[in-house]
Formats: sequence, C-alpha cells, structure tokens
Amino acid sequence: MKIAYYPGCTLKATAKSLESSALAAAKALGIEMVEPEKWNCCGVVPSLTSDDLMRHIGPLRNLIHAQEMSKAGSVDGDPRILTLCPMCYNTLKSTNLRMRTKPDDLKTLNEFNYLDENYDGKVEVLHYLELLRDIGWDKVAAKVRKPLTGLKIAPYYGCLLLRPKEIGIDDPEEPTIQNELLNALGAESITFPYATRCCGSYQTVPEKYSVAEMTYEIIAMARKYGAEALSTSCPLCAFNLDNRQKEAQEKHSHFKPMPVFYFTQLMALAFGADRKECGFELNYIEPMTLLKEKKLM
Amino acid sequence: MQDNIKKIQLTEKNDEFTRLVNELSGQIVTVCDQCGTCSGSCPMALEMDITPSTLMRMSQLGQREVMESRAMWLCAACFTCTSRCPRGLDLAKVAEALRQIKLRDAIRHVDLKKIPKEDLATLPPIALISCSQKFT
Repeated sequence: MKIAYYPGCTLKATAKSLESSALAAAKALGIEMVEPEKWNCCGVVPSLTSDDLMRHIGPLRNLIHAQEMSKAGSVDGDPRILTLCPMCYNTLKSTNLRMRTKPDDLKTLNEFNYLDENYDGKVEVLHYLELLRDIGWDKVAAKVRKPLTGLKIAPYYGCLLLRPKEIGIDDPEEPTIQNELLNALGAESITFPYATRCCGSYQTVPEKYSVAEMTYEIIAMARKYGAEALSTSCPLCAFNLDNRQKEAQEKHSHFKPMPVFYFTQLMALAFGADRKECGFELNYIEPMTLLKEKKLM
Repeated sequence: MQDNIKKIQLTEKNDEFTRLVNELSGQIVTVCDQCGTCSGSCPMALEMDITPSTLMRMSQLGQREVMESRAMWLCAACFTCTSRCPRGLDLAKVAEALRQIKLRDAIRHVDLKKIPKEDLATLPPIALISCSQKFT
C-alpha cells in the first residue's frame, strides 16, 4: 500500500532516527510512505487567532500536494496524508478542520493561493499511530521477530497528539494507543500520571531550566511507576525529555538519567530492522546498556 | 450600599479591550465562571506571576495590564485547560490573542539573537520555529 507522507523539517534534521525507523517499520508492514516531490514547513504550531488566515497557507499547500498525489494515482486509496510529528499532525489537521467548517476561509485561501490547484477539503490527515490502529494490533504483533520481552516502557503522549479533542487521536486524558502498540511489540507498557502532561514545548528556547524541571518531574514519576525508559512520537518532546536531562542533572545531583525512544525505534527493533535504521546512536541518553541488559542487542 | 465595598467601574476603554480579546480569540471571556480548573491543570502555573484564571478575570474586566504578565508568555499552548474548562472556553486562544496584541505592535518577547550560540546549535528546528511563531 502506498500512502502520501509529510515528513516536516525536524525529521530531516535532528530527528532522523524517527524517520528512518518509521520507514523501516512501515516497510515490514507492507506500507510504502511516499514523500511529495515538494513540501513546505507546516508552521509547527497551529494559528490560534481567528483572523490569522495567512498562517494556514503553509499547511494548506501541503494538503494540496497530497490531493495532487491522490489524483495522479501515485498513492493508493482515498486522499490521505500521513504524519509522524505530532506538531505537523496538529497544524495540518487544524487547517483541514478550518477549511472544512469555514467555506469562506477556504475560498479566500484558494483565491490567494492561485498558483496551486484549489483545495477541495477531502484529504484526511492521519498520524502514523492511527494508521497502525487501523491495520490492527494483531497484524502488528504478527510482524514481531524479536519481542521486547521484559522491557518496561512508559509511553509519553504530550499535548498535540491528544488536544484539542477535535484534533486528537485518542482520549485527551486517558490515552491508550501507544500502550497498545508497545504491548503488541511484547514490551510491558507502564501507565503513569504524567503521560499527557506538557513537556514545556517551545519554552525550551527562552526558559530551558523551567523545561528541565518539567523533564525532571516527568522522568522521576515514570521511574516511580516502574518504567525503565520513555517512548514518544514527538521530536520536541524527545528533545526536552532526552537532551534536557543534562540540565536536570545539573540541578538535581541524585537524578538518574533514563533513555527516551521514539516508538518507531522500538517497532523497528522488534521487527528486526537494521541497526542503522533504528538510529539509537542519535539518542542523547544512551539506550544500549538497557537494551543489552534485556538481551535485545 | 456600604461605603467599604469597592465597586468595579468599567469604562468604555475596558469594554473595548474585552471586545478585542473576544474578537481575536473567538471566545467570549465573560462566560468564565472563575472556577479555577485551568489554574489547577496548568503545568506552567507554578512559574507564572498570575494564574490562568486571573488572566481570564483581567480579560473579562478589560484590564490591559494583563498584557504585562509573564503568564501569557509562559503558556505553552498545551490545551490542557482548553480540554478541561467546564464552560467550554478555549483559554489557549485567549492567551494567544493577548500575545498577538503585543506582537502586532512589533513588541517581541524573545530575541533569537540573544539565545547563546551553543544552545542554538543543539535546538531542533521544531523548537526554533515554534518559538518564533509564538514570541516574535
């Protein structure tokens, strides 16, 4: 099955391991993720003011590329666009929702964006985890060659995958989609109270020590509930929870670091993908000791 | 009426500000009941100078000083308050409206040139772009 895939900026820069592992895992499931010939920045954060239509142009143009790919038959099925980054997912879906519910705004933007074809509002924005849920956890489990037995992972969901609720892929307070995936991979998924608590997001630029404090609290809580590592889908959560452990250690001498995985890295590992595709060397807190301890390496 | 009761006087200027916040956010801030669910839910509240519910109250009363708060800049737009507000208000949009009023006067909150070079070298694009979108 071929599906249009929007990577976004960070997967081509600091989160290469998210992309390489996701592509490898999808391949094992018989999915070919096809990147549009051209795409642009989604803007990362959705515009929240009612008059700020201009900010929807970026996401809209990416939706149009998916529409074109569907018309040209270069992908299968109904027009869809697959995302891995929750921030891309959120911005694209927010724009899509606005275009579908406010026809006047769609008309204005189509007129402004006259160099592209008109958007018809029919593209579905999909997150990788939703696609897996649609395929079925039993089918995911059937592809596992190296079960992640004994690995205790706390899935961290963060904000933009779940909220606001008209955008989110799961329950905004008690999500289970990542837990279900980890269980299908043979790992033990740990539910903990801060799984949906914000990591501080872009505050990491002007307020890095506030974010480090949030990282400290989230990781300490996950450890209290028995987790040995975290999993996430967001390259910004990953940066804040993984790299900001350095600042957390500076402030709290007793703090014990914890590896943070992309859920796709764990999928690729369980599916027996190449080590290069798993990309563990890009993790900030090294995960190899834990994986060797569990005889997964 | 007792003399010691302070009556809140709303001038036309207060009204004007409340209307502006309503228009930009698409929310009707006077719907807020001041229950405090947002303040109890906000992961940044401890760092804030005023709580999210105070921010709402000041917006209801048209007090422009709300824009001098650190709180509106500390909002990470995580939508926790939005998903929990029993009155169905989208507070993330209210905070965004307040930030936008400042930013549209060309008053930026973050100057990326002042971020240390070693930080800029490690920060992912997703952090820098979202920071620019929200703070400049």
